[in-house]
Amino acid sequence: MGEKAISRRGALVGGGVAAAALVGLRPARAQGAPVRIGELNSYSRMAAFSVPYRNAMQLAADTINRAGGVMGGRPLEFIFRDDGATPGDAVRVAEDLLTRENVAFIAGTFLSNVGLAVADFANQRKRLFFATEPLSDAITMAQGNRYTWRLRPNTYMQTRMLTEAARGQTARRWGIVAPNYEYGQSAAANFKRLITQSIPGAQIVVEQYPALGRVDAGATVGALSQARPDAIFNVLFGPDLTAFVREGNTRGLFERRLVLSLLSGEPEYMIPLGDECPEGWIVTGYPWEQVDAPAHRAYVEAYRARFNETPRMGSLLGYVTVEVLANLLNKANSLDSEALVEALRDLRSDTVTGPVTMRGLDHQGTMGTWVGETVLRGRTGAMRNVRYVDGAEVMFPEAEVRAARPNA
Amino acid sequence: MDPGFLLVQSLSGLASASSLFVIASGLTLVFGVTRIVNFAHGSFYMLGAYIAVTVVPWLLELDRSPWLFFAGVLLSALAVGLLGVAMELLLLRRIYKVPELFQLLATFGVVLMVQDAVLWIWGPVDITGPRAPGLRHGVEILDQRFPAYELFLIFVGPAVLGLLWLLMHRTRFGILIRAATRDREMVGALGVNQALLFTATLFLGAFLAGLGGALQIPRVSASAQMDLSIITEVFVVTVIGGMGSVTGAFLAALLIGQLQAFGVLIFPKITLVLVFVLMAAVLVVKPWGLLGRPEPAAGRAALPEGILHPRRFGVVEGTIAMLAVATAFVLPLFADAYTLKVATEVLVLALAAFSLNFLVGNGGIVSFGHAAYFGLGAYAAGLLVTRLGVPMEPALVAAPLAGAFFAALFGFFVVRLSGIYLAMLTLAFAQIAYAVCFQWVEVTGGDNGVVGVWPSPWAASRQVYFYVVAVCAVAGIAAMRHVIYAPFGATLRAARDSEVRADAIGVDVRTHRWLGFTLAGAAAGLAGGLYAFSKGSMDPTLLGIPTSVDFLAMILLGGIQTVMGPVIGAAAFHSIKDVFMPLTDYWRFFLGASIIALVLIFPRGLGGAYGKLRGSRPVQHA
Repeated sequence: MGEKAISRRGALVGGGVAAAALVGLRPARAQGAPVRIGELNSYSRMAAFSVPYRNAMQLAADTINRAGGVMGGRPLEFIFRDDGATPGDAVRVAEDLLTRENVAFIAGTFLSNVGLAVADFANQRKRLFFATEPLSDAITMAQGNRYTWRLRPNTYMQTRMLTEAARGQTARRWGIVAPNYEYGQSAAANFKRLITQSIPGAQIVVEQYPALGRVDAGATVGALSQARPDAIFNVLFGPDLTAFVREGNTRGLFERRLVLSLLSGEPEYMIPLGDECPEGWIVTGYPWEQVDAPAHRAYVEAYRARFNETPRMGSLLGYVTVEVLANLLNKANSLDSEALVEALRDLRSDTVTGPVTMRGLDHQGTMGTWVGETVLRGRTGAMRNVRYVDGAEVMFPEAEVRAARPNA
Repeated sequence: MDPGFLLVQSLSGLASASSLFVIASGLTLVFGVTRIVNFAHGSFYMLGAYIAVTVVPWLLELDRSPWLFFAGVLLSALAVGLLGVAMELLLLRRIYKVPELFQLLATFGVVLMVQDAVLWIWGPVDITGPRAPGLRHGVEILDQRFPAYELFLIFVGPAVLGLLWLLMHRTRFGILIRAATRDREMVGALGVNQALLFTATLFLGAFLAGLGGALQIPRVSASAQMDLSIITEVFVVTVIGGMGSVTGAFLAALLIGQLQAFGVLIFPKITLVLVFVLMAAVLVVKPWGLLGRPEPAAGRAALPEGILHPRRFGVVEGTIAMLAVATAFVLPLFADAYTLKVATEVLVLALAAFSLNFLVGNGGIVSFGHAAYFGLGAYAAGLLVTRLGVPMEPALVAAPLAGAFFAALFGFFVVRLSGIYLAMLTLAFAQIAYAVCFQWVEVTGGDNGVVGVWPSPWAASRQVYFYVVAVCAVAGIAAMRHVIYAPFGATLRAARDSEVRADAIGVDVRTHRWLGFTLAGAAAGLAGGLYAFSKGSMDPTLLGIPTSVDFLAMILLGGIQTVMGPVIGAAAFHSIKDVFMPLTDYWRFFLGASIIALVLIFPRGLGGAYGKLRGSRPVQHA
């Protein structure tokens, strides 16, 4: 109860600014039957990411509703559900949302296997599924389907941002360390393919795939340094990353070595590293304090005022998701699945990260992310020399998409 | 490879082994004395780490001395020890009289509650603890740098081993622990205060787990997943060493530490499964682990923990069963789509749970890896449909065949063992099957699994598919129920209650158990196939430890001493989960609390409670 009271007040302070940026100053409050959207995510298992994500979604929805809602005055309403972090639970929850909660469509999911199972379920039921966080390339490529769309830059795109940032480097001998599941494996596979385009003659001299959440950091660091690579591509995150970085720092693994690291610049993973944050890694991430676009700054202020914490990557994703979905509903002006899918095709939305287009060819959004170098500021890590890479620059080549999705 | 690297790599292995041993020694002591398979041991480890990342920085604010760091670590371990005492006093003490497996269920409830309590108290973001003052640096060993803190850890394991040895051999408490590990009933008969002994042992066990967790904070961050990531490994260590043997745990930890340190060089992708392969190999060769002793119960008639007298249905039970089946078959006429979906799942789970209780309740074969046959059935059906284009009907025939085939294959080794070792071997095989499904990406789709497993067009609607599941599940359950009442079922019960006597009257115990295991595998495989078609996909989590534990929770909730209990248990478990999941992020807390409440209120399960109500309580054994 208390949270609700606070959130209302906070929204009054901060929301107005963002509302102005979002939809223009329309005074009318949303009325009429709400548009219900089912959002399922791993709120319990992956709370560090998904709770800020849900907070930002609520903030964005409230902001939009205060400014008049969607589809000519209907309020947006999100029904949040835990997906249990397993495909079996998630499919049941999706069914619940579609049948009992009567949502117009479903969005969300975190883990790739959950996302793929829900995508196939949506395809079977012919209902729209707007995947937000699962990064697996398969969702929009080999196992893509008509009803599934994904906003966030996928593994291929994020890997390509890093390998392009490494252009001009001279490191030839590379080591790879990645968690042993689909995300890690496909990041490693993409990296092997892309690094030679940036650095001709690059070769992989060592690969380590510790089990997710169970890295034996000492043994892994030992195995990597034994191969004496010039540079390392890291895909570990969360507790694995912390253990790996600590062990690597003490054993000098990162000294005089170039490191490319996926996602490590995101606050979710940067904050736990604290003063252990290594310097000079090239990472993808979210340096929220350095993004100066007025709309983004307004959202950050509103978010901080309402939730009393700094935004995370999850917050940004949640906010942008709602902006895109609101735009979609306004464009489609219908809750029919087929109409929504057609409206999503090449839909261009203005968001706090800039324009985002949902590419019709592979159903992948062009939302980008930031690439920069890690640096230690005081007792916490940060990013410097930051550059926003638009997703459109690093998407799968069209020929590859056509090969992977014959029906596209 | 240069010798410096080999040395440092094996030092890394020793450091991991040392940490692992500290935790495992607690588990093995608790098991030795109380016979409780304490799932909550991993939770104590996690709590140790969380309390330490809270307490230690606070102490270091006063003075950055190494002594305060270690004082904080010990303080955290003590606090966790007290939590262990609380668990013993408030929960376990109330259920020592019920079958041992129920205590496992209660500790599983604790695991769920602690997971969410930790999220609630410390928040979802991982917390990185401070490094130990004075041990931050690296030490040069043959041109390789090695963390000083890990050098220190290497000595912690032997130190704990030494202290435990002194405790066990030089104090009265230790002697009692050893005595209770050898023969608990005898210790009780000699007038030892068992309640106090158990409380003290739980304190010691939780203290060691907390110490293990607190010592990790300079290496890893405290995160809400660390309980489950450690618990299986610790079980493996205690089982390889021999349950109840501290020295055995030490040897096993050394073995596993080195296996992982060098395993990553040769098999960088499959280090996790290596330890289970090792465990399976050790158990096949040495059925009681490296230094374990045969369980005291083995060889003599033990208190049976399963179905005693399978009563035939009376008028009331018959009516209830008829009504239940009739309700199931008219359900699609009035239930909404979602209720039907949940009902479909309940039926599938009921079949799987029934097949597990066929082993546990009727055969005394406690399987911790029953999900393997469920999952393999799902994979067999799903792969036939997606890779070979086979329609649903033959795929559903293949599912039980696959379950039976793998159950026969693994069961051949499993039925040679008994008790906890048998349970752990089933777990090892399940993990190996899991690893194959996880790693063999080209065929199984890896951890993403395989999607597109939908029923044939005629069965595509929820209603029709519900009937498909209902017919298969009811037929499967009825068939297995028939077997329980048949001479074959009675023979399994005889073998369960006294292997020696059964053998003496000419029963081929192993073959009977093997056939029983295979039959249960077939039923689980059928359930898995039905499940895959209801979800449209399958992935390795179907074979995972959590699924196996869910099945165990279902049969225990329902009551392993009753024939039909597992069906009730499956329905109850799934309903509780379905009620709480949409309500709150902390649904695991409420699921855990519900399980504990049910264990306390119905210590013999829901089915057992019904039996008591009907006055059909089986013969009381003293």
